[in-house]
Amino acid sequence: MNANAQKEALVETPKKNISVKVLGVGGAGINVMELMLKSGLPGIGFAAVETDAQSLAASSASEKVHLETQLLRGLGTGGDPDRGRALADEQLPKLKSLCEGTDVVFILAGLGGGAGTGMSPVLARAAKETGALALGFVTTPFGCEGGRRQRLAQAGLAELKSFADGVVCLPNQKVLTLIDENTSLLETFRIANNFLADGVRGVWRLLIHKGLIDIHFADLAALIRDRHAESSFAVAEAMGPTRSREVMDKLLAHPMLDGGHVLGESEAVLLSLIGGPDLTMAEVNRVMEQVNRQCEHAQVIMGAAIDEAFSERLAVTLIAARKNPEPPSEEPASAAGAEELAQQLLPCSTTARPGSRFVPPAPPLASDQVQQLLARQSRGGARQRKSQARSRQTQLPLEIVSKGRFDKSEPTIHKGEDLDVPTYIRRGVALN
Amino acid sequence: MFNASSIIVGLEIGTSKVCAVVGDLAADGALNIVGLGQSRSRGVRKGEIADAPLAEEDVRHAIVEAEQMADVEIRSVYLGVTGGHLRGFNNRGVHPVVSADREISEEDVQDVIKNAKTINLPAQNHVIHAIRQHFLVDGQDGITNPVGMLGSRIEVDVHVVHGNLNRLQNAIRTVKGLQLEVDDIVFNGLASSLALLTNEQKELGSLVIDIGGGTTDYVVYANGIIKHTGVLAVGGDHVSNDLAYGLKVPLSRAEQLKIQHGASLLDEAAKGQSITISNELGLPVKTVNLEHLRRIMSLRLEEIFQLVGQGLEQADALDYLRAGVFLCGGGAHIPQVAKLAEQVLQMPVSLGKTNSISGLKSALDQPEFATAIGLVKFGSFQQRKRAAKSALTDGIKSTLGQLFRRV
Repeated sequence: MNANAQKEALVETPKKNISVKVLGVGGAGINVMELMLKSGLPGIGFAAVETDAQSLAASSASEKVHLETQLLRGLGTGGDPDRGRALADEQLPKLKSLCEGTDVVFILAGLGGGAGTGMSPVLARAAKETGALALGFVTTPFGCEGGRRQRLAQAGLAELKSFADGVVCLPNQKVLTLIDENTSLLETFRIANNFLADGVRGVWRLLIHKGLIDIHFADLAALIRDRHAESSFAVAEAMGPTRSREVMDKLLAHPMLDGGHVLGESEAVLLSLIGGPDLTMAEVNRVMEQVNRQCEHAQVIMGAAIDEAFSERLAVTLIAARKNPEPPSEEPASAAGAEELAQQLLPCSTTARPGSRFVPPAPPLASDQVQQLLARQSRGGARQRKSQARSRQTQLPLEIVSKGRFDKSEPTIHKGEDLDVPTYIRRGVALN
Repeated sequence: MFNASSIIVGLEIGTSKVCAVVGDLAADGALNIVGLGQSRSRGVRKGEIADAPLAEEDVRHAIVEAEQMADVEIRSVYLGVTGGHLRGFNNRGVHPVVSADREISEEDVQDVIKNAKTINLPAQNHVIHAIRQHFLVDGQDGITNPVGMLGSRIEVDVHVVHGNLNRLQNAIRTVKGLQLEVDDIVFNGLASSLALLTNEQKELGSLVIDIGGGTTDYVVYANGIIKHTGVLAVGGDHVSNDLAYGLKVPLSRAEQLKIQHGASLLDEAAKGQSITISNELGLPVKTVNLEHLRRIMSLRLEEIFQLVGQGLEQADALDYLRAGVFLCGGGAHIPQVAKLAEQVLQMPVSLGKTNSISGLKSALDQPEFATAIGLVKFGSFQQRKRAAKSALTDGIKSTLGQLFRRV
C-alpha cells in the first residue's frame, strides 16, 4: 500500500513516498490501533494479528490475520508467550506476506500476556526479513498485575529489542502517576493507549513530511537502531501566540520525559517540529534552545515541517534514546569483573582513614608544662568548643579531665565553656 | 466540714536534699510553720531528676517525716522546680481602650494581660509563671492599678518564666507517683525571694541568689515587682567535684572537706597548712593542702558570682539594686561567701533571713530551707486568692439558696 499525499497544496512540503503499516498484535495492541483508526491517519495500512477470533471480528482494521492452530482450538494463547511464539513461528509466511512491500512497520503490542509478548518478536523478524524497518511500540503491565506478568513482559521486551530496529516502551505504571485516584479503570487504559497512539502518530508525522529541515528516514533508523536501549518519546501540541513556550512546557511535563531527566540522560535526541505556514524562526529557536539546554551531552537531530492543517498550532515530537538505566540481568560477567578490578587497582584517594579518637593516658608532666598547655588551651580552645556545641569533653589532648559526678549528665555549656570542668583547670591556675 | 485553718505544704526536690515544709494558714491569714521533713537526695542532678525511683523514695521519706512532725496527712503540695532549661524574660502586651469615655475597665486590664501572655515559645516549652509587672497608660510608666484611669492605650509588662515541658513533667510525675496532688509548680528562686524579702526591700530593689546543690537561682526585684529571673546550672556539687578532682580524693571525702574546712577566700593564715585525712581507725591516710582546697573553692564560687553578674548585666537589671544582695541556699553556709560576692558584684551582700512567718525557729533560721518556706508562702497567697473568689461565689450561692428555700 502506498501512502497517499492527500493535500498537495503548494504551501505544504511534499510528503515522502513511504509506505507505512501499523500492526496491532494481541488484545492491547489492537485496542491502541482502534484509537489510531478513530483519529484517522490517512495513508497508513492497519492490520490486526490475533489468536482470539472474537476480538478480530470487532476490530475495524483493513487487514486481519487470525493465527490459529489445531492446538489452540480458538481458545487463545492462555497468557503463555511460548505458545504465542510457537504459533507465530508456524505462521511466519503469513506474517511475511503482511509486511511485503512496506517500508516501515509499526508493531503495537501490550507485553505481559500471551499473544503480544510471544508474537511481536516474531513479527519483527518477519518485517526485517522483508526488508522493512520494524519499530515496536509496546506497553508493560501495571505493577498491580503481578510479578509474573512483569517478568514475562521484560523477557518479551528484551526479545523484541533483539529483533526490531527500535522499541519504544511505555510502562503503564508511569500512567498511574499522572491520573487522579478516582479515574475509572477503562479511562486509565484509554489514557495509556492514547499515549502510545500519540507516539506512533508523532513518529509517523516525522517520517511522512518532507521537512524544511529534513530528517531523513535513515536518521531515524540510525537513532533507534544503534542505541538498542530504552527510548522515550513525547508528543506535545500547543496553540496560540505563546505556543513555543507552552509546547516546551507540555513536553517537559510529559510523563515519558520524567521532567527533563530523561533528556539529560539521553545520548541522542530527535526532534520534529510541525507547524502551520505561520511558524517563525524565533519559535523554532526557542524550542531548540530549551531542548539543547536540557540535553547538553546528546546529539540532537532536528527537523521542521509545514502542514497547512497546523496553522496556529505547533506540534513537537521528541524521541530520546539513552543507555538503559537498569542493567539487564544478562550483563556479561566479565565486564563487571573488569570494572571491579579497575577500581581496586586505582589509587583510592577518597577513602581516607578516619581520624583516630584514641586518647593516650596522661603522661606525667611537669607543672610548668601543664600550665603552658592549659594557657594555650584556654585561649584557643574556647572558639573551637563553641562550634562543637553539644560534643563530649575533648579539651586537653594529653590530660583526660574526668567530670566525676557529671560524667554521664548533660554538660552545662555557657558561652562555649563546659562549666562542669573544674574552674581552676579552665582558668589555668596551677596548684603546686 | 472544713477546718478553720488549712494546711499548705511546700516540697522542694533539690540536688543535695529533699525538703518538705508544712505550714498552717489560719483564718485571719497568719502563716505558721508546723512541720519540716527532709532527706538526702540521691536521684537528682543539677536540679533535675536523673533517677526517678530513687527520687521518689527520698520524697516519700521527707513527706513522711514532715507528716509525723506536723501531725497531719499531706494530700497536696506546692512543688518547686528549677533546672538549667528555665528562662525568664519580659514581655509587653498592648491593648487599645475601646470604651467611648476612654475609661480603663477591669476587662481592659484582663485583655492586656492576656495579650502579654501570648508569646512565641518553642513547642516543647511551658510557661510556669507570667508575673504582672507594671502597667503603662499612654506611655506613662509605673502604674500599678490602672482601673478607673483614663487613657487610649494600655500596656503591661509581664515577666514570663518558662521551661521545657517534659522535664517539668518528670518532677510532677514523681510527686504524683506518691499519690500526692501538685497544687502548682513554682520557680525555686521566686519562692526563696518570697520567703526572704520584705516589701520595703522589694521596693528598694534587691537580688536574691539561692546557691543550691545543683543550681544557682537568682531573682531581681525592683520597685516592688520582679524584674528578672535566671538559673545557672552550677552549684555546690560542682564545688565538691572540683575538690575531688583537684585534691585527688573521692567525692564523699571531698564533700566532707568542703563542709569542714572550706571557705570562699584564701587568707594568709591558710598558706602552708595541710589537713590530714584519717580513716575509720583513726590512722592518717592522706594529707591535703589547705591552700589548694581554698583556692579551688574560691575560684569556683567566684565564677558562679561572675556568671550571675553577667546574666544580670545582659538583662540590664544591675542598676536597680539599692537594698543589696541576699544569699540563701546551702551555699550560704560557706564561710566568707558574702564577702566574696561583694567583691565580685560590687554591692552590699548579706545572708537572707526568713521573716513574717512564725513557727519552727530552727527551720526559719537556716538559709537552705528558704525555698521550701517560700513555697508555703506562695501557697498561702494562692489560697487567699481562691478563698476570695469562692467567697464571691459562695455569697451568690447562699442568696439563691435562700430564695429557693423561701419559695
